[in-house]
This record gives sequence, C-alpha cells and structure tokens, in this order.
Amino acid sequence: MELVLALGIGVLTAAGVWLLLRPRTFQVIIGLSLLGYAVNLFIFAMGRLRAGAPPVLKGEGPVDPAAYADPVPQALVLTAIVISFALTALFLVVLLTSRGITGSDHIDGREPGE
Amino acid sequence: MTDWQDHLIVVPVVLPLIAAASMLLLKEQRYGLKALISLCTLIALVGVAYALLHEAAVGGPAGDDTARIYNLGAWAAPFGITLVADRLSTLMLALTATLAAGGLMFSYARWDRAGPRFHALYLLLVMGVNGAVLTGDLFNLFVFFEVMLAASYGLLLHGSGEKRVRAGLGYVAINLTASLFFLIGVSLIYGVTGALNMADIASKVATIPDHDRALFHIGCAILGVAFLVKAAAWPLGFWLPGAYAAASAPVAAVFAILSKVGVYVILRLATLLFGADAGASAGFGNTWLLAAGAATVVFGAAGMVAARRLEGAAGYAVMVSSGTVLAIAGTAVPDAVGGALFYMAASTLAAGALFLIAEILARGEDVAASPEDAVFDDEYDDPFAADDVQEVGRVLPASTAFLGGAFILAALVTVSLPPLAGFAGKLSIFVALLSGDGALSPASWTLVGVLTLSSFAALIALTRFGVAGFWREDAVAPKVRSPEFLAIGGLVLCCLWLSAGAAAGLTYAEKTGEWLASPRAYISAVLGDAE
Repeated sequence: MELVLALGIGVLTAAGVWLLLRPRTFQVIIGLSLLGYAVNLFIFAMGRLRAGAPPVLKGEGPVDPAAYADPVPQALVLTAIVISFALTALFLVVLLTSRGITGSDHIDGREPGE
Repeated sequence: MTDWQDHLIVVPVVLPLIAAASMLLLKEQRYGLKALISLCTLIALVGVAYALLHEAAVGGPAGDDTARIYNLGAWAAPFGITLVADRLSTLMLALTATLAAGGLMFSYARWDRAGPRFHALYLLLVMGVNGAVLTGDLFNLFVFFEVMLAASYGLLLHGSGEKRVRAGLGYVAINLTASLFFLIGVSLIYGVTGALNMADIASKVATIPDHDRALFHIGCAILGVAFLVKAAAWPLGFWLPGAYAAASAPVAAVFAILSKVGVYVILRLATLLFGADAGASAGFGNTWLLAAGAATVVFGAAGMVAARRLEGAAGYAVMVSSGTVLAIAGTAVPDAVGGALFYMAASTLAAGALFLIAEILARGEDVAASPEDAVFDDEYDDPFAADDVQEVGRVLPASTAFLGGAFILAALVTVSLPPLAGFAGKLSIFVALLSGDGALSPASWTLVGVLTLSSFAALIALTRFGVAGFWREDAVAPKVRSPEFLAIGGLVLCCLWLSAGAAAGLTYAEKTGEWLASPRAYISAVLGDAE
C-alpha cells in the first residue's frame, strides 16, 4: 500500500509541477489542483497508513490507542481541502477576469511575440 | 477565566471577524456606515494592542517577562489551540493596528469606494495578521495565514484594472504554491514529533531520535521556504515589488506588514525550535537565514536605486527591512535581534507612509477602473456613481510643504539617518554585532557592510525621488484631503514618537531579543509547570 500511495503522490506532484510551469492560466490552475491533491495525500500519509482502524474512539472502558488510526492528520486534510477548494475558486475568478480584461489566457496577459 | 480581562487576547481576532461579517449584511451603497464600523473596530484594536503591549512591557508582578496564555475552548495545551501574547506577538499586534489604522484613514478620501466590499476584506486581513501573530499552534497558523492571504488577494484586486489583475494572477499563484510548501512542512513535523503546538514541538526537539532528525530538519526547511516566500527573501521574493506597486495605495501600505508576518514566524520558530536547548538541532538554518537575509538586503538596495517610481522603491524598501531582520535572526545575537525588531517597527511604518505619499504624487495617473470595464457586472454596482460626493474631506492648504516634510521624515527613517528611529535601531544592531563573543568575525563585518551600503543606496534613491517629486518647476500643488493628511501625518508622527521614545523602545526590543533567546520560559508558560 505504501508503494502505491508513494507512486500516486509522485505522479500527481510531477504532473502538477509541470503544469504549474506552463504558460496558460488554465494549465496553471489544474497544476495547482493536482499539487494540492498530492499534498493532501501526503498529509494523510504522515498519520501512518493503517487499514481497518477507525479514527474515532467508541464506547467506554479502557482504550487501546494501537487499535485506532491517528485522527489528527485526517482533520488537517479536511481543513486543507476546504481551504484549497476555496482558494482555487478564487483563483479561477482572477483567471476569468484576466481573460476578460486582456483578451488572452497567457499568464503574462498577452500572447508571446505581441 | 472569569475576569473579562482574561479574554482581552482574543479581541484582536474576534472583533474584526464580527465587524467584517456584519458588513456583508449591509448593501454596498451604505459605505458611510461601513466606514464608521471599520473605523471604530480599528480604534478598538489599537487600544487593545497597546494595552497588551503595555502589559508585556511592564512584565509580571516580579518584573519578569510574562506571556499571556489563552486556551481556546478551555482545552489545555498541547491538545487545544493556544493563543500566546508575549513580547514579540504584542509588538506585532501594535504595529499591525497602527499601520492598518493609517491605511484605513487614507482610504476614506476615495479608495474605499473604488470597488466592492473593501472594508470587510480589510478587516479580515487585519484579523488574519492578528491571528497569525497570536497563535501558538502550527496548523492554526496555517489557517490564519490563509485568511490573511485570501483577504489580500481580494484587496490587491481592489480598484480593478488590467495592471492589478495581471499582478494579482502572479501573486495568487505564488502564494498558493507557498501554502502547499507550508502544508508539507507542517505534516512532516507532525509525522516526526506527533505535535502541532509550537511549545510542545520545541520541548520535544532535543529528544528526537537520530534517524528521524534529518526528516525533522527537512520539514522545518520546507516550512521555512513557505515563510521566506512570504517575507520576500531573495531569491523567493521577486513577486513583491510588482505586486505592491500595482496595489492601490492604502492596500500597499497595509501590505507592508504582510511580509513582516513571514519574518515574524521565522524569528519565532527559529528561536523556539533551534535555540540553545535544541540539542543536535541547535542553530539549524542560521547560516541560510544570514545568507538569504544579506542577499535580500543587497537585492532590495539595488532595486531601490533602479526603481523608476516611488511606490516601486517603497516595495524594495520593504524587502530591505525584511532582509535585515532575517539576516540578524541568522546571527542569533539577542541584542542585535532587539535592535532589528526596533528597526523593523520604524521602517515598516515609514514604508507605509511612503506608499501613501507616492499615491498623492502620482495622482491623476492611477484611477480606478471604470464600471464599464468590469467583467462581472454584479461586482461593479457603480460605486462612484451611486453617491454624489466623489471625494471626502476638505482640501488643505500648504499641501506641498506638508507632503515634502512627511517625505523627508519617512525617508530619514527608511535610510536610517540620525536623529530618527531607523538610525537608533541600526546603531544598536551594529553595536551588538561588533561586541560580545562573535565580534569581528567575517560574517559580522560583511553584515555591517551590507547594511551600511543599503542605507547609502536608499539615500541615493530617495533623494532622487524627493528632487523629482517636489522640486519641479511645473509642479502643481497636489490636493491633499483631510483623511489623507491625517493618515500620512499619523504614520509619520508614530515614527517621530518611536524616535523620541527610542530609549524605552530599544529597552523593550532588547528584552524581546533576550526573551526569544531563552525559549524555556515560553514553553513552560504554554505547557504549564507540569513539564
């Protein structure tokens, strides 16, 4: 499972970085989204990968922490997802405004060679 | 927790949040009411910030340093989120409130009606900065950072126009990427130490097993990159001058504090995590901070000389002042850190004033975009046409004399010439660097040389702008409205006040440096005496 996750994070990061460095605004925003997914998976992995272990304690009585997954990274991922979602939406608005004002979807606001 | 004064520390976060939220209920045309609400909020924030600053300056009953602790939701540290108001945090709070009040006052002349929801965004920005300097929890710091950045994206675009949208596109992309570095760093640190509370992490640094220590250092370095981007350290700060010069003047003035938040976090984490008690991690990254800071100062100084417009030069001045504090943080000499903090306070206020003066000198060239240019027509419910008063306040006589005087004073602080506060700060940096243990080392001498040269470059650049801006034969006296007069005059008066009270200010700053150098007091204040 570790290998699959590591490969997934690696592929997402590589694709994200490549797209981030592209000249069109839409590519940049997709790149940022992919990087965001990679980072979210990475945060999740920092709580150690555990299959079949619930993060929330249940019932009374003595609790064995070893039987549970770490809930903190899961809470962090949730927060990070919400924030990156909101900011991606905001970036999209800036992108559309830029497209509307300059008439170009190049990140410099004008086509190369103009 | 029954005394109302115990809750004073959350006011800088909660009050602007409530005020900003309530403004969303008011429609855009009621800007008078909104302006009143935000003015009252900022006056209250200035009061609270100075009350906390006074408390930190006076210290505990025994005259020792105190850190005011507030556990949100009464969850004890390290499980809950802790707000900490110590010497450094309260200094930042007071600086933020002062600068934000100046920028807000300036915006009343006309800028606050150049686009929608200016006041709400402005207060949210102040809330984000206040929260970021108060919180003692790394992930909560991320949240406040994002609040601050999201508000700053909106404010940078305030006034619209092609220049701002272009600058905004780059600014948003850079900061979103930096936020991803922030998340990677935080999660690596959590993965190694199992803690998010800064004091808790600091107490665990010395006992990290050797095979995990490299991972911890990588996490801290990646986290540091995120803040160095925000602090505009070379080579991560090329975005700053363009973005700040494109922003409308009151926004640019309050942005001067944003890069200082990055500096603040680096100073806080470097002293807390890599202080003398950190075992094998002690002093980690100091060389890098020193080198990056010095390079930033050189780059900023060169940029000031090369800048064609005053707002561009002011943006580079912000970089110089960030770089100075970063480099001094890298030396880890407590007294020099104190001097650098004092210099930072003075130079940030002066940079804010320079941005405001630059706007008046360039008046007429920079207009807010007209509603016809708007892409989203619901956003532009014609804020200028909706009211009959275009500009608020009386035009004051002798505006050239006033502006020229304010420019000279702000320039003197930026250049750090005597007798003003910038000089006092830089002098105490030099004295601390050239005495004590590490004196006469090549690094100290290089730093002294670089800082002196940066002052010289700033002097050349600002003299040129002063001559070109005020000594023109064709000069028409610029129209200075009373809110603008109050804003610029207020910021410059604060610089003068810092200069007049330099003895008390420097004592406070140097004690802050010593407080930062001994993080054990901070850790035991947050975690209680159980440790």
